[in-house]
Amino acid sequence: MASGTQDSPRHEKFVTGIAGVSLTEVERTVPADEAPPLPPNAQLSQIGKSAPRWNGRAKVTGAVRFTADITLPGMLHARFLRSTLPHARVRSVDTSAAERYPGVRAVLVLLGPSGTGGATSVSAEENVEATRSNDQPIALYAGAAVAAVAAVSEQAAEAALRLIKVQYEPLPFVVDMDDARAAGAPVVYEKLDVQPGFGASGLVAAGLPLKGNVRGPAGDARGDVAAGLAAAEVVVEGEYRTQVQTHCCMEPHGIVADWRADGLTVHISTQSTVSVRAELARAFGLPLSRVRVITEAMGGGFGSKSQLGYYGHAAVALSRKAQAPVRLVLERHEEQVDSGYRPATWQRLRIGAARDGTLAAMSLLSYGSAGTALGAGVGNIAQRMYTCPNFDESSYDVFINAGPGCAMRGPGNVPGAFALEQAIDELAEKLGIDPVALRDRIDASPQRREERRIGAERIGWSARHAPGAETGTVKTGLGMAQSLWGANVQVNSACEVRVLRDGSVEVRSSVQDIGTGTGTIIQQVVAEELGLRPEDIVMRIGDTDFPAGSPSSGSRTAASMTPPARNAAYQVCRQLFALAAPVLDTTADDLQARDGRILSRRDPGHAMTFHEAAGRMPTEQIAVVASRGEDYVGFKGRRGDMGFALNDLGGVQFAAVSVDTETGLVRVERVVAVHDCGRPINPAQLESQVQGGILQGLGYALFEERVIDRQTGLIVNADLEQYKLPGAFETPEIEVHLIENYQGFSATDAYGIAEPSNIATAPAIANAIQNALGVRLRALPMNRAAILTALAGKS
Amino acid sequence: MRFSVGVSGLRARMSRRSFLKGTSAATAGLAALETEVSPVGAAADEPQVFGPEPVSVTLRVNGQAHTVAVEPRTTLAEVLRGALNLTGTKIACDRGSCSACTVLLDGAPVASCSMLALDVGDRAVTTIEGLASGETLHPVQAAFIEHDALQCGFCTPGMVLSSAALLARNPQPTAGDVKAAISGHVCRCGTYPHVIDAVLAAARAGRG
Repeated sequence: MASGTQDSPRHEKFVTGIAGVSLTEVERTVPADEAPPLPPNAQLSQIGKSAPRWNGRAKVTGAVRFTADITLPGMLHARFLRSTLPHARVRSVDTSAAERYPGVRAVLVLLGPSGTGGATSVSAEENVEATRSNDQPIALYAGAAVAAVAAVSEQAAEAALRLIKVQYEPLPFVVDMDDARAAGAPVVYEKLDVQPGFGASGLVAAGLPLKGNVRGPAGDARGDVAAGLAAAEVVVEGEYRTQVQTHCCMEPHGIVADWRADGLTVHISTQSTVSVRAELARAFGLPLSRVRVITEAMGGGFGSKSQLGYYGHAAVALSRKAQAPVRLVLERHEEQVDSGYRPATWQRLRIGAARDGTLAAMSLLSYGSAGTALGAGVGNIAQRMYTCPNFDESSYDVFINAGPGCAMRGPGNVPGAFALEQAIDELAEKLGIDPVALRDRIDASPQRREERRIGAERIGWSARHAPGAETGTVKTGLGMAQSLWGANVQVNSACEVRVLRDGSVEVRSSVQDIGTGTGTIIQQVVAEELGLRPEDIVMRIGDTDFPAGSPSSGSRTAASMTPPARNAAYQVCRQLFALAAPVLDTTADDLQARDGRILSRRDPGHAMTFHEAAGRMPTEQIAVVASRGEDYVGFKGRRGDMGFALNDLGGVQFAAVSVDTETGLVRVERVVAVHDCGRPINPAQLESQVQGGILQGLGYALFEERVIDRQTGLIVNADLEQYKLPGAFETPEIEVHLIENYQGFSATDAYGIAEPSNIATAPAIANAIQNALGVRLRALPMNRAAILTALAGKS
Repeated sequence: MRFSVGVSGLRARMSRRSFLKGTSAATAGLAALETEVSPVGAAADEPQVFGPEPVSVTLRVNGQAHTVAVEPRTTLAEVLRGALNLTGTKIACDRGSCSACTVLLDGAPVASCSMLALDVGDRAVTTIEGLASGETLHPVQAAFIEHDALQCGFCTPGMVLSSAALLARNPQPTAGDVKAAISGHVCRCGTYPHVIDAVLAAARAGRG
């Protein structure tokens, strides 16, 4: 197997390619202590199998503790007082009566004249914080937190909030993106000081001009678009709109903060315990070693729980002030008003092509609004999905008086795909080329080619009729669209594997399981290496007392955590082999771990149980911490601890819809989703995630929409009744296919799937509706009113 | 409908209407409201007023009687999660629109966030903690694990209880029956397909 000495890098042969299509071998150089290459899943015993979820039993019995379930002795309950106006100068905040209310232990003014103890402008590590130059504190949106109270009960806290007197000076406001772009619109930010970083949908640059409420352009360009368009034989151009979608995590944002003299412990519903720890240490001037962040279970984040947030900051400040633990869990209306959302966008996309479909040029103009936040772009899907020599993009942020948007599952590329994938279909129709065939010509990805082939076959694409060809009242249609997402890796991700003397095994990492099943896939990878069963591996995760794991955002957790888990297990196992070898009369190199035993490869009769081998340990435990490091082939880019792998993640989705032309009701009957994520570790969990991505995409396509009243500046559907989410009755038949795409980039070759599965759904449904009706809908959501309006416009 | 409510450790008979009259006023937070409590044993049809101070209530939860002091405005979900420390019952919307807080009352699913604890009476409450028989999971719980019918798990307790109630009243449901039974449950992770698979599988296992 391996060549090279103990400490020098080894040269190993890795399998690459798509299983079932073509597999080949490639040689890679790997670090000396790296686990040997894995064969394809078909030859493995734990990886690639649908092991039951590691915390499934705790979840179905109610035993698992979410942040909202944590109770600490002497714990206080905190609530926010929020601005009732969409734009107002806060003249004064009088908390004296609230402070005297029975049971109140601490009051914090978050937005008041300076000197009143403000705790705002929390700057997140990966977030872009816009800071105002005004001396006067200003509530920039209805629902902005003005003050917070911690009391012995939620009821007492709420009662005290009502005693706080706030004097507002109302200011003109604007809550509509088009209104905000108009000359003379009320201005949200007079001046902005922007630090570059990650915004709501991607990177934000510093130094861009701000005119009124419009900041930009940010841009990207290659080739000569004007020349490309002039040379094009066919040009399609369209304007697309996407709405605000809210995350609607079932577990609200919440924290239990416990400030003590010897350090700070917080339980928080977060997608990144390590990031929250770093933010807390920085914000409160504590060493990292004095801050502990715990997330035992996490009830959905979808991008909205990657930072400490104003609420987390406030809870810690209250705990410090009250000298007691403080629980702060947002209510549902607060979730809808002030916990982030997917920004709204307007896009104009122009594509030129030759008669044979070859793309000549693409030009994209976009405006997006993340309310008071930055970075409401439309991703990089138009730049990168198809082969096109000439491309340019200009994107602008538009500020309105609404709470800050943030990343949401597939940020940027979700609205971006809605435009791009409809435009490509429109181009196909204009060229008289089948949409799948056109993509076969212009999409270089071998994964998506295979995914299109499988998906087309499964949905019955060959029977697709011409657009609007059916004559009945209820018309059916087929559509497809594609997904693209970066294969992201958190380089600084560590995992500890420890074997105890009785043969039991523990895995420790701060990585949190946000519902994707991260714990399960780590169990599987470790079990595979140690020759044990996944349930033999005890998971201790979601706690920064353990080695620092990956954030669960950007679909990076599987890629970041499974390689160090496997490498740590491999290195622990090497130590066990060294102990067992003399007893088994062989060398460590001859040993393997399988079916709970350690045995000789040459003579499987020479064997002992894993348990027996552990019993020979000279110490109570053997523990190894391994860290992710770079892909074997390096990255195409790095940003801090984040690496961008050479490959991209794909995925193709096909939708079958029926549209009632009298009522406007769209029913998605069936979705076929074909996805790649490198080496799939747990097919059942991956299927669950893809189903979820599709259903969030379906809601986005058909009915989800945050609505702000332009007269009052208030959100009118800040709840779960009027904000329409998909339920069981809206759930189509969903067929998920996973392809195994081996690349030999890491010890597991595993990558994520959460975001790719959410990107193609809405445009696939839109293309299917166009196929049913012969009318293209270019604005979301495609609800009944939109369908009927579009049909009226057609006739 | 008449039912009894444990008051101050004794049992008083009262109508639902008179009871609501008392508690809704308390819920509105009218501290100045007359807080006279009729003596125990007063005429059964006289309106009784409780609160805002805590009153004693006895709840039968998972086969055990618990007597707790609660403000009359307290919901069943709050008592379960608070005084009884049964945090498997989740509060996600606190207004009956997502069903995360579902518990069974005499076997029927209710939104515990939208029911006052004093309204429970002597009906048996089953929470997610009480569904399994000791170490043996309810068939629906086992099927949820087997079919990966959960992701983040926050809607899971309610979803499991509604599914268990469905199988109790209809041991051979169709996929449509399952969809109807869980139609009020919001799962933002979008796990409905696996939930439907799991419940149908549990039903098959029950028949086998």
